[in-house]
Amino acid sequence: MASRVFQKHIDNTASAAPTASRLLRRLFTTIALLPGIAGAEYKFNFPEPVTPIARETLHIHNEFMLIITTLFVVVFAIMIYSMIRHRKSIGHQPAKFTGPTGKLQWFWALVPFAILLFIDFILMGIPAVQAIITMEDTKTRADMVLKVTGMQWKWQYEYPEAGIKFISTLSTPREQIANAESKGENYLLEVDNPVVLPVGKKVRVLLTSTDVIHTWWVPQFGVKRDAVPGFLRETWVQIDKPGIYRGQCAELCGKDHGFMPVVVHAVPEPEYLAWLEAKKAEAKAAAGGADRTWSSDELIAKGKEVYEKQCVACHQPNGQGMPPAFPALAGSPIVKGPLLAKDGKILKDSHVDRVMNGKAGTAMQAFRNTLSDVELAAVITYERNSFGNRQGDMIQPAQIKALR
Amino acid sequence: MSTLTTTPAEHVTHDHHPGGLVRWLTTTNHKDIGTMYMTFALIMFFVGGLMILAVRAELFQPGLQLMKPEFFNQLIGIHALVMIFAALMPAATGFANWMIPLMIGAPDMALPRLNNWGFWLLPPAAILLTLPFTLALFGVGDGALATGWTFYAPLSVQGGMGVDFAILAVHILGISSIMGSINIIVTIFNMRAPGMTMMKLPLFAWGWLITAFLLIATLPVLAGAVTMLLTDRHFGTHFFDAGGGGDPILFQHLFWFFGHPEVYILLLPVWGLIPHVLSTFSRKPTYGYKAQVYSFIAIGLLSVIVWAHHFFTAGMPVPALIYFMFSTMAISLPLAVLFFCWIATMWKGAMSFETPMLFAVGFIVLFGIAGLTGLILADVAADAQYHHSYFVVAHFHYALFAGGIMGVMTGVYYWLPKWTGHMYSEPLGKLHFWLTVVSFNLTFIPQFFLGLAGMPRRIPDYALQFAEFNAISTVGAFILGISQLLFAWNVWLCVRGGRKVAARVWEGAEGLEWELPSPPPHHSWEVQPQVR
Repeated sequence: MASRVFQKHIDNTASAAPTASRLLRRLFTTIALLPGIAGAEYKFNFPEPVTPIARETLHIHNEFMLIITTLFVVVFAIMIYSMIRHRKSIGHQPAKFTGPTGKLQWFWALVPFAILLFIDFILMGIPAVQAIITMEDTKTRADMVLKVTGMQWKWQYEYPEAGIKFISTLSTPREQIANAESKGENYLLEVDNPVVLPVGKKVRVLLTSTDVIHTWWVPQFGVKRDAVPGFLRETWVQIDKPGIYRGQCAELCGKDHGFMPVVVHAVPEPEYLAWLEAKKAEAKAAAGGADRTWSSDELIAKGKEVYEKQCVACHQPNGQGMPPAFPALAGSPIVKGPLLAKDGKILKDSHVDRVMNGKAGTAMQAFRNTLSDVELAAVITYERNSFGNRQGDMIQPAQIKALR
Repeated sequence: MSTLTTTPAEHVTHDHHPGGLVRWLTTTNHKDIGTMYMTFALIMFFVGGLMILAVRAELFQPGLQLMKPEFFNQLIGIHALVMIFAALMPAATGFANWMIPLMIGAPDMALPRLNNWGFWLLPPAAILLTLPFTLALFGVGDGALATGWTFYAPLSVQGGMGVDFAILAVHILGISSIMGSINIIVTIFNMRAPGMTMMKLPLFAWGWLITAFLLIATLPVLAGAVTMLLTDRHFGTHFFDAGGGGDPILFQHLFWFFGHPEVYILLLPVWGLIPHVLSTFSRKPTYGYKAQVYSFIAIGLLSVIVWAHHFFTAGMPVPALIYFMFSTMAISLPLAVLFFCWIATMWKGAMSFETPMLFAVGFIVLFGIAGLTGLILADVAADAQYHHSYFVVAHFHYALFAGGIMGVMTGVYYWLPKWTGHMYSEPLGKLHFWLTVVSFNLTFIPQFFLGLAGMPRRIPDYALQFAEFNAISTVGAFILGISQLLFAWNVWLCVRGGRKVAARVWEGAEGLEWELPSPPPHHSWEVQPQVR
């Protein structure tokens, strides 16, 4: 009985305040869903810093913001005061002065500049110099080296001490970019092979590029440094906290500049060492493949895999390219040309030459240092037997190895 | 400052010149050429604006909706080149042509034929710059310059024929600017009315004088840099290719040796005209005339020794970083003198807020934001985070839109009645001002936050965390763009008719230009006035 009364009571309230609460709730959900009011992610400052430099930068930035906001408010408060008090419409009579007169006025005219000098060269200047010195000190007590090579439009990471290197490319599906699928949480900030670094170690990062200038940037690390072709640049990171950190290329580097993210996994050292061993084993297995004879089907299957990571951005999934900047492979005279010279050497401007050595002055890069023997042999074989090209020939990983 | 002893009304009559198109093709009259410069600038302002609205539309949401990344890259670079070289610079030269002879009591510019040629070089250059878009539609080439306006090598070495078009366009624009500068320097040095000493020269002419010297000093460096690029592209040199002993960063040094002074080239004419407006509408003489002149000179000198702060992230030795940081910060001092003088000119005046005054005050506040964010960008450590991000994009639009374009609009509203003899529509002008200020901030304040959150510039698509601010920014940009039609409409109405204005259009206006009737006769100051 009691429960029925209670039930009725609930029903009554539900129908008595029928719409009020429901409407309110609906209103709140609508507001929460409106982009820009609630629920939406608004970030008004740097992301959480995880390296000593990033903490320092955030600190400096916050201090500067305070200083310049104060300057802004004070200066324009004076101006707005004047705009209110010294109006013609309230009958203010214009003064006639054209500069400071008398010692007191000179004093007041010079005070702002003394303050500004102090802010520029002492208040901001001294911490800035210290920060620069810390930032540029890449060598003192560095625990390890990571070499980063920018290339259109991916990053290569090399661990010189461990002797491993790999390429890291965007893993966001093209369908998401073309709005054919809903976008994932880490849209455009996800890669196939993230770079793994141990926490608490000072990592000296060496940067270079194979084609144009790129910039390696992870906002939470507080460092941003250009990768300049033909030169080495350096910076350093020491990550305090395990986690996944995401960034992007920050220098316009051509068509897919917006699509070459940086993803760093920071892990405790034992985990890092285990990962390193696994990577080494993987590299060894891949290198081992170069010594055996591969079947044409194996090469084509492997080649398709490589093509879809390395070549597809320019030459397109159907091999039609985007002429004139990015030529078609389908029906290309180079792809349809002879494989090797009669003496087994590389023929200049042949298909093998182009893939291994690139073409200077264009976006076609040299893949000899970025792909393994197997990958090179596979992708060349694949291209010669796809997109309507029916060369029917193949090149073995062992042949590539001999050509290097 | 100026007292007149001759009446200008006696030489109104003999303005015989050919009619129609031939008049404009052959004119050597400084007023006609000034009008052509201003018209050209207005047209190109809308061309550049349309480009960036297409970009903002693409950036409204994450994902690629409207265009391919290649086309996006072309739009951003050509937008910048059009706005800088074909809108802001011609607008400033238009002002110089119209006003400097009137202000210094000269009958015309010193080199009238050069003046005509200087203008007529602009349309071909603008066509060269934008032609590759059209050619690409017909399958010729792969579109316009896609490297951003900075032409950074080796990306520009790799680029298509759009790069060559842009290089040649920059050459022509550079020749035009250098000729304009020579003309202005010669005019100011030789054709001032008797009694007008350099320290009585109107501040607008002073601002332009420094701009002219900066153009002559730095444009040849840009011309050299893009020529080296051209030979790297086509004639096998390796200036910017490490493989042949060159260095890609060399290009950045050369480019920004021009590029940084360019900022002041765009702003000095505006800094010159703002004091005239403030003094007029405060009904009080300019405060600190000499201090402002010396600040112009100091900024001109400092501007050529700070260039490397545009690429702190490229990697430089520590002493170089510290030097460029402190020299950049030093610019804040003469700039502070200007701000001080502007506010002191208003102080204890009798202010009224007609449209030019509104724009001048809006300019001071918003340009203040550019200056202050510029100060912190100079800090190398913090710059590592700001650089290449939307923070920088917001910063330089506060400098070049709020500082440059709004400054130009201040001048247009201020002098348009003098040029046409009619008053523009004040309500329309005020509406234009408020829409511009509100939508400008709506567009660019979110971009500061985008930059801080880590959004790089020049990307056609972005991560989901940046979506809300980008959407707001795009809405702001469209309101901003559409509001500018009000400006064009107001100018058009004012040219066609309106309330007649007196010679001294504004109550508090001082200077020789206000002694002439509005509009001034086709040939003015045939007898030089005396300045006492």
